[in-house]
Amino acid sequence: MNIILQNIVSGLLVGGVYGLAALGLSLAFGVLKVLNIAHGELIMFGGYIAFFAFSAIGVDPFLSILIVFPVLVIFGLVLHGTLFTHIVRFEEEDRIKNSLLIGFGLTLILQTIAIQLFSADERSILTAYSSAGFELGGIRFPLIRLGALLLAIVSVVLLEIFLNRTWAGRALRATSENWQTAALNGINVRQTYFIAFGLAAGLAGLTGVLLATGFSVAPSIGLQWTLKALIVVVLAGLGSIRGALFGGLLLGVAEALSAYAFGSEYREIIGLIMFVIVLSVRPQGLFGGDHA
Amino acid sequence: MPKLTPRMIISLLIALALLLLPLITDDDNILTLLLLTFLMAGLASSWNILGGYTGQVNLGHAAFFGIGSLITRQMWLGGWPFALSMASGCVVAGLAAAVIGLPAFRLKGTYFAIGTLAMAEALRITIGNILPTVTNLPTEVIRNYELAPRYYLMLTAVLLIVAITIYLNNSKLGLGMMAVREDEDAARAVGVNVLRVKMIAFVMSAFLAGMIGGAYAFYFVSYYPNFTFGPLFSFDAITVLYVGGVGTVVGPLIGSVFFVILRDMLVKNLQGVHQLVFGLLFIVVVLVLPGGLVEAWDRIKQYVRINQSPTKNQHRETKAQTYPGENLH
Repeated sequence: MNIILQNIVSGLLVGGVYGLAALGLSLAFGVLKVLNIAHGELIMFGGYIAFFAFSAIGVDPFLSILIVFPVLVIFGLVLHGTLFTHIVRFEEEDRIKNSLLIGFGLTLILQTIAIQLFSADERSILTAYSSAGFELGGIRFPLIRLGALLLAIVSVVLLEIFLNRTWAGRALRATSENWQTAALNGINVRQTYFIAFGLAAGLAGLTGVLLATGFSVAPSIGLQWTLKALIVVVLAGLGSIRGALFGGLLLGVAEALSAYAFGSEYREIIGLIMFVIVLSVRPQGLFGGDHA
Repeated sequence: MPKLTPRMIISLLIALALLLLPLITDDDNILTLLLLTFLMAGLASSWNILGGYTGQVNLGHAAFFGIGSLITRQMWLGGWPFALSMASGCVVAGLAAAVIGLPAFRLKGTYFAIGTLAMAEALRITIGNILPTVTNLPTEVIRNYELAPRYYLMLTAVLLIVAITIYLNNSKLGLGMMAVREDEDAARAVGVNVLRVKMIAFVMSAFLAGMIGGAYAFYFVSYYPNFTFGPLFSFDAITVLYVGGVGTVVGPLIGSVFFVILRDMLVKNLQGVHQLVFGLLFIVVVLVLPGGLVEAWDRIKQYVRINQSPTKNQHRETKAQTYPGENLH
C-alpha cells in the first residue's frame, strides 16, 4: 500500500513539471492558434541557462529563474517576430498546419545549435540540497521535486491572476476567444500575439530550470518534453490553462503507477493510451470545455 | 491508354536506366547513393499521399517506417521468409495507423498531428527500452551480402509508390483526397466520405512507409532497433517533399535527389551543422516557396514565356486582369 502511495506522490511531484511544460504550449495555442513543436527546445535552452548560471557563477537554480525567464521571453519575442508572425495571417487550420511545420524545422535548428554550443553531454545541477528530503507517514518527499511542484502551482496562479485581473491579460483572453472581435474592440492583436508567445517561451524557460535541477538536460531532450506537454494539453483540453496543471498531475500519476505495475520501460505507452482514449471519449478534454 | 507525352517518355527512360544500372556498374558508392535517394524518395512519396494529397500533417511518419523495419527485421532474423516478414511489417504499420487515425480524424487536424508525433516518440523510447542492443545481420548473410538485390528492392518499392501517386492524380479516390485537402466541408457537401478518404489515405501512407522500412531492414547491416523511429526520418521526409514540391508526383523525386546530393556535400564540408542548414532551408521553403522546386520551375517557365512572347506587354496586362488579388498572397 505504501509503495502505491509513494508512487502516487512521486507521480504528482513529476506531474507538476509536466503541467508547467504544457502551460506555455497551451497558452500560445489558445491565443495564437499556433502549435509550437519546438516548445521542448525552448525548455532545453532554459535548462542550459540555469545550468551555466549555476556552474559558472554559482547562482542557485531557484534564483536563476530571475535570469532564465526574461531571457527566454526575449528569445520568444525574437522567434515570434522572425517566424511565427508570418503565419498568423492564415486561416486557423492553415495557421496550425504551417506552425507545425515551422516548429518542426525549428527543433532541428535549435538542437544543432545546442549540440554545437553545449556539446551532446547530459548535464544536471547538483546543489547542496539536491538529495535532501523528508519522510511523512513512510512516504518520501524529495525537496527539489517539491519545490518544482510549488513553482508550477505558483506559475499557474500568477498566470491566472494576469489573465483575469490585468488589462493585457484580458486582451489575451479576448483574442483567444475571437481575434476579429478583439480587434474591433480596440485590442492590438499583433501586440497581444507577441505577449502570448513571449510568455509561453518564458514559461518554457521555467520548466527548463526544473529539468536542470530535478532531471537532466541534453540537446536531444526537446521532443520528449514537447510530447509530454502535448499529451497533457490534449488531456486538459486544447487551450485550457487551468486544466494544464491538472492534466500534468494526472499524467504524472498515471505514468508512475503504470511503471510500477508493468515495468518502467513501458512508461511512455500509458500517455499514448490515455491520449487515444480521451480523443475517442471526451475530445474537449477532461477538465471542462472552457477556454483560457 | 493515355498518349505518350515527352515527359512520360523521359520518366520511362530514367526508370529504365535505373533498372539497368546495376548490370553496367558495380561501383558500390554510386549504388549506395542511389539507394539512399530511393529511401528518401520513398519516405517522402508515402508521406505525400496523406500530407500532400489529403492535407493532413503527419509528424510521426517515422513510427510507420520504424514499425515496418522492426517487424521485418525481427521476423526475418527469427527465421521467417523475407517476403512474409516484409508483408507483415507493412500490415502492422497500416494497422497502427488505424489506431491513431480513427479517433483523431473525427477531430481537427491538430489532434492528428499531435497523435502521430506522440505515437512516434512513445514508440521510439519504448522500443529503445525493450530492445536496447544493436541489431546485426547474421554472419552468413553478411558473407554473401550483395548490394544489387537491396538496390532493386528499394527501387521497386519507390516505383510502386510513384505508380500509386500517379493513379491518385486521376482517380476518384485521389480527387476525393484533394477535395478533402482543399475544403473539408465542401468535399462533404458534394458527397465525399471525408473520414473514409482520410483513413484510406493514412493507412495507405503508413503501409507504404512500412514497406520502405522493410527494405531498410533488408539493406542496413547494423542499427539500433529504435533508430528507425527517430524524428529525423519524419523530418527528412517532410523536408524532401516540401523542397521538391508537396502534393505532386515528381516533387518527392526531385526533392530526394536534391536532398541527398546536398546532404552529401554538407556532411563533407560542414560536419555537425548540416542539420541546421536543412532546418533553415525547410522553414524558408514553407514561408516563401510553399510549392517547392516544382513551383519555382513553373514560375521560371512562365516568366520566360511571357518575356519571350512578342505580345509581352499584352500578356502582362491580361495577367494583371486575371489575378487582381495576386499581390495579396
